[in-house]
Amino acid sequence: MSTAPAVQAAINPVEPFLRSDRMPHIWCPGCGIGTTVNCFSRALVDSKLDLDKVAIVSGIGCTGRVAGYLRLDSFHTTHGRAIPFATGLKLANPELTVVVYSGDGDLIAIGGNHFIHAARRNIDLKIICVNNFIYGMTGGQVAPTTPVGATATTTPYGCFERPFNLPFLAESSGAVYVARWTAFHVRHIARSMVEAFNKKGFSFIEIISPCPTLYQRRNKLGDGLDTMKLYKQKSVIKNGANTRDVDIAFGGEIIVGKFVDIERPTLHQTMDQQFRQVLKDRYAGLGGRG
Amino acid sequence: MPDSPASASRSRKFRGMVHINWDRCKGCGFCIEFCPPKVLAFSESYNSHGYHPPYLTNEQGCTGCDLCGLYCPDFAIFGMRVPMETSEAEVAVREG
Amino acid sequence: MKANPAGVLTGAHFLDGDQACCEGALAAGADFAAGYPITPSTEVVERFAARVPTVGGLFIQLEDELASSIAILGAAWAGKKVFTVTSGPGFSLMMEHIGLAAMTETPCVFVDVQRGGPSTGLPTLPGQADMMQARWGSHGDYAIIALCPNSPQECFDLMIDAFNLAEQYRVPVLFMMDECVGHMTEKVVIPSADAIEIYPRRFTSLPPAEYKPFKPSPDGVPEMVKAGDGYRFHITGLTHDEQGYPAMTWRAQEKLVRRLVEKVRKNADKIVRAEECDLEDAEVVVLAYGITSRVALRALQMARAEDIRAGLLRPIVVWPFPEKRLRELAERVKAFVVVEMNYGQMVYEVERCAGGKTKTVLVEHGGGTVHDPEQVLTVIREAAR
Ligand SMILES: Cc1ncc(C[n+]2csc(CCOP(=O)(O)OP(=O)(O)O)c2C)c(N)n1
Ligand code: SF4
Ligand code: SF4
Ligand code: SF4
Ligand SMILES: [Mg+2]
Repeated sequence: MSTAPAVQAAINPVEPFLRSDRMPHIWCPGCGIGTTVNCFSRALVDSKLDLDKVAIVSGIGCTGRVAGYLRLDSFHTTHGRAIPFATGLKLANPELTVVVYSGDGDLIAIGGNHFIHAARRNIDLKIICVNNFIYGMTGGQVAPTTPVGATATTTPYGCFERPFNLPFLAESSGAVYVARWTAFHVRHIARSMVEAFNKKGFSFIEIISPCPTLYQRRNKLGDGLDTMKLYKQKSVIKNGANTRDVDIAFGGEIIVGKFVDIERPTLHQTMDQQFRQVLKDRYAGLGGRG
Repeated sequence: MPDSPASASRSRKFRGMVHINWDRCKGCGFCIEFCPPKVLAFSESYNSHGYHPPYLTNEQGCTGCDLCGLYCPDFAIFGMRVPMETSEAEVAVREG
Repeated sequence: MKANPAGVLTGAHFLDGDQACCEGALAAGADFAAGYPITPSTEVVERFAARVPTVGGLFIQLEDELASSIAILGAAWAGKKVFTVTSGPGFSLMMEHIGLAAMTETPCVFVDVQRGGPSTGLPTLPGQADMMQARWGSHGDYAIIALCPNSPQECFDLMIDAFNLAEQYRVPVLFMMDECVGHMTEKVVIPSADAIEIYPRRFTSLPPAEYKPFKPSPDGVPEMVKAGDGYRFHITGLTHDEQGYPAMTWRAQEKLVRRLVEKVRKNADKIVRAEECDLEDAEVVVLAYGITSRVALRALQMARAEDIRAGLLRPIVVWPFPEKRLRELAERVKAFVVVEMNYGQMVYEVERCAGGKTKTVLVEHGGGTVHDPEQVLTVIREAAR
């Protein structure tokens, strides 16, 4: 080693974060999930977090596979329940930075109740929601994010239900950090992730992302690249926008940006403070007896 | 504004270098579309999965910005900056 | 390892079963619980919520049983000793995560204080109709251990065993109480901490590079780690290999699921436990568990007074079932009489073990109250004939 010429190690910045023995991944060509993973890896570098203290929790879905590909303490749980699993993990070890990385159906449909309650409690979780407007893993069924008029296998004549506006849902439920980007906004995503890592409390980042195989194809929106170009063209950055106004209509503009960044005591703080105040020296701490 | 290839090679101490993991590519074209100086293009040949991975059309043109690396959903490409004089041979690419 | 004295309320107390169950958990070292209120089990977590901040650890009430049953699994992977408590419909909601706990080999205890069902059924009244659900309620093949206390004292004692078994075999342990046992108050003696044996978590001593999360030890149980210690491990509910990575093949399924089942099946002799009463000369063996065993005991006394040679077999560990013992008895007794507060659950196990060698009679009951000992006696008389 010592005699070799000064060789520069060229290694893909995402590589140290991947379980390389599990590559290639299962995602389709032009799927945006992998793009968000690049952003996540850059954010982990920039935030200088001790990676041994970062845990990632996913539910079930195409996005739910993220946990399994990352070289971190990683948990692939059940459909919709990533947030309550992460709640247990974080409460049990507050030193951990706990990231929940999952899809729109997982977090907002089956997991919607957990989502609003975790936000209400302001538990310190970093929620990354890859919103492809559809259930990818199960083959393109309607999601609570599918825009009215778009089709899905279970709404073959077009979706007729009003979708959730995720940033508004997150903010009104109590999130302290809310941002939305599209997969086109790679540097913005990475920056928001760093901000979320540094934030104490329930942080939510929605990433609008192409699912060329199902959502795009079924709705004649082209492939992944066409979608990325469309995002570039149709998205408008409005930092600080009122989350009430950021609904996404089928084919309409996509308002992106950082919408919420406020301070509020976290669940751990309020819990600890309450016990301290009431129990005084009878309080033995939340740490356990292990 | 992205640097033009000429100014990049004249005024900088660093040059860009791009690495492609040929067989990981699924040919989505994100890297080609969003490379600021537009120095990537699909190659004629196929990889083992039947996709056309990108290649660098202009060695001097790459700024090493790594946007290709940020976009690539298959972790197949990335850019980096190396000192001007570094040759390709002096960079050991480590793939996972 | 001995119990940490911080959680042990040494002394003689008057406690109901729910309270004793909570004290058992605390003595076992439980330092994390999550739950959602439901009658008749809520008292367990109410007491835990009051007690645990003063001994170290925490309780959180979550938005539903789905959340509670998986939050405990998250906490277990952060190194905590965990449990959740429920009844009736809440037990149904927890099924998916009993499966996840089995698949990921997460040590945890699920307490079910049984009430009358199905559906909302009899919220305040007893039942014993979740016994098969405890064994088979989650989809797929897996094995669990289930215990069945019949007194507040046992709610305390067996809760410690439940935690120890969960740690030793890395399976979800089901603690099958019933409303009567949960709400009856009796004397409970809590020993000193140094008289309580604790099975510690099977943490690995291997460095991260050599560690594989699902590589079994000789007894079939892998060693564990916790988040934050640098192991960068992966846990999934998908079928997985020893590394913990998803493996979507029949071979991986065969290897993993067989081991999950066999770690209980092959150790069954060590796990099984039953109380026997007057079995030496018994012609009729009454099998009953939980509160029902106490009614059965009364019927037994009445039978003996009539010179009927009846004895009692009370499974304390209900899953795995005391199969071997029953097979032995089947060779020589006239009949098995199964007394349970349902229309037939554990009776099928008894019948299976009897293997046609002796008759099996069920004394059924829909729940809501306990059997009348006379009703049991009538069946014993009939069976002895
Ligand atoms: C309890 C349960 N119900 C249904 C499913 C099937 N299922 C798996 S993933 C999924 C939807 C995933 O959609 P989303 O969360 O948007 O993820 P995506 O695949 O789009 O990334 C469903 C319904 C399941 N695994 N578990
Ligand atoms: S189905 Fe859609 S979301 Fe899933 S991997 Fe393919 S493109 Fe991505
Ligand atoms: S972004 Fe990656 S997968 Fe897509 S064409 Fe470029 S190298 Fe290939
Ligand atoms: S690093 Fe990649 S995106 Fe940047 S200039 Fe070079 S080839 Fe283009
Ligand atoms: Mg989706």
